[in-house]
Amino acid sequence: MASRTLRVLVGKPGLDGHDRGAKIIARAFRDAGFEVIYTGLHQTPEQIVAAAIQEDVDCVGLSILSGAHNTLLPRVCQLLKEKNANDIKVFGGGVIPEDDIPGLKAAGIAAVFTPGTSTEDIVKWIGDNIQPRA
Amino acid sequence: MSLSEKVLSGDVRAAARLMRDIDDARPSATEELKQLYGRTGNAYIIGITGPPGAGKSTLVDQLTASFRQQGKKVGVVAIDPTSPFTGGAILGDRIRMNRHATDEGVFIRSLATRGALGGLSRSTSDVALVLDAMGMDIIIIETVGVGQDEVDIVKAAHTTCVVMVPGLGDDIQAIKAGILEIGDVFVVNKADREGVDRTARELETMLEMRNAAAGSWSPQVLKVEAQRGAGIEALVDQIRAHRDFLFASGTIDNLLRERNQRHFVDILRDSLYRRVMDFMEQDAVLARVLDGMGAGTLDPYSAAEDVIAGMLKKG
Repeated sequence: MASRTLRVLVGKPGLDGHDRGAKIIARAFRDAGFEVIYTGLHQTPEQIVAAAIQEDVDCVGLSILSGAHNTLLPRVCQLLKEKNANDIKVFGGGVIPEDDIPGLKAAGIAAVFTPGTSTEDIVKWIGDNIQPRA
Repeated sequence: MSLSEKVLSGDVRAAARLMRDIDDARPSATEELKQLYGRTGNAYIIGITGPPGAGKSTLVDQLTASFRQQGKKVGVVAIDPTSPFTGGAILGDRIRMNRHATDEGVFIRSLATRGALGGLSRSTSDVALVLDAMGMDIIIIETVGVGQDEVDIVKAAHTTCVVMVPGLGDDIQAIKAGILEIGDVFVVNKADREGVDRTARELETMLEMRNAAAGSWSPQVLKVEAQRGAGIEALVDQIRAHRDFLFASGTIDNLLRERNQRHFVDILRDSLYRRVMDFMEQDAVLARVLDGMGAGTLDPYSAAEDVIAGMLKKG
């Protein structure tokens, strides 16, 4: 039987307009053999969750540089839960202070990648933690 | 409840999962499709094709908005290329369509070509069937950005729109074989750009030179600015006119018969291929063939005949 291709959504919630990091991540995922659904800038949590469900992704990676991570990232997790889709894991990256990370993890964010993380580390984390669904 | 039953009851997540199973060629997906097939055939399928960067996704976004205003439910299948090196893909068509993401009357699915060369993925027609079974009135299929020869969209759509932009080539390009032969409607997008009149004229000349049979459909060339929404209503009107023509002239019967034939032959070819490959794997047939070819005792033509004969004998 053919093996599953891992599908991951990469999006930018909220108002900041810097998508260079998200594009680099999307490209690293492509090179790792994943199918990346790239939804671009200025997404609401509702849009991200609707897209994640329609695309049947295995995980959602959110890049956020605006400082609104404590609001937007938990909101995505909460909406996924409301849609019975919290098997879709959420991870985040961007300018996120260390002090905020425990709170985000408690809210359901599986991992937080801060500046300086290499794309290899993020790809490896996915390989270790996310399986394409059975 | 099976996935197909959930799809019919309106479960969006189940539909998305079935599409994944179809795309991953799971045997279970075939069983689900058998259950759904009788509930399909109601959607009208529009194909959007054209070169990369022509504005196909933006056009799909505008068409979706227009059909939604008419109260129709819209499914979108958007295809982007798979890397031939890593098997990965960046599917970016949703970027232009995000305003419809939370509209429950719209379902958008991105697919990667996964090695298929005709402008669609192998799964496209079956994913469209799921959208059909979900009760979508209109299904829009956006091909990967195409060059000259990727014409699979005609197998999948009722009306095919070919999207061009000014400045891609001279009028010899317009008389070559390939995608310009498959358009039911031609769109010259980015109509604010220089050279739009010339491109439109060249397409019109090309269309006038066709030896069309009497009573056949005459494609129109429309100038559109998808980003501003200019010309979209005219495009929707043309699509409707083409649909009316298909039904009034009876052409729809031929079109569906041809489509059914292609769909059936594709399925037959895929399942035969899979059975042959399974057979070869079980008995290490492939290794024996390669050994023989390496030793110079076997030619690939006889080997293929032997494999098929051996498989048929085994049943």
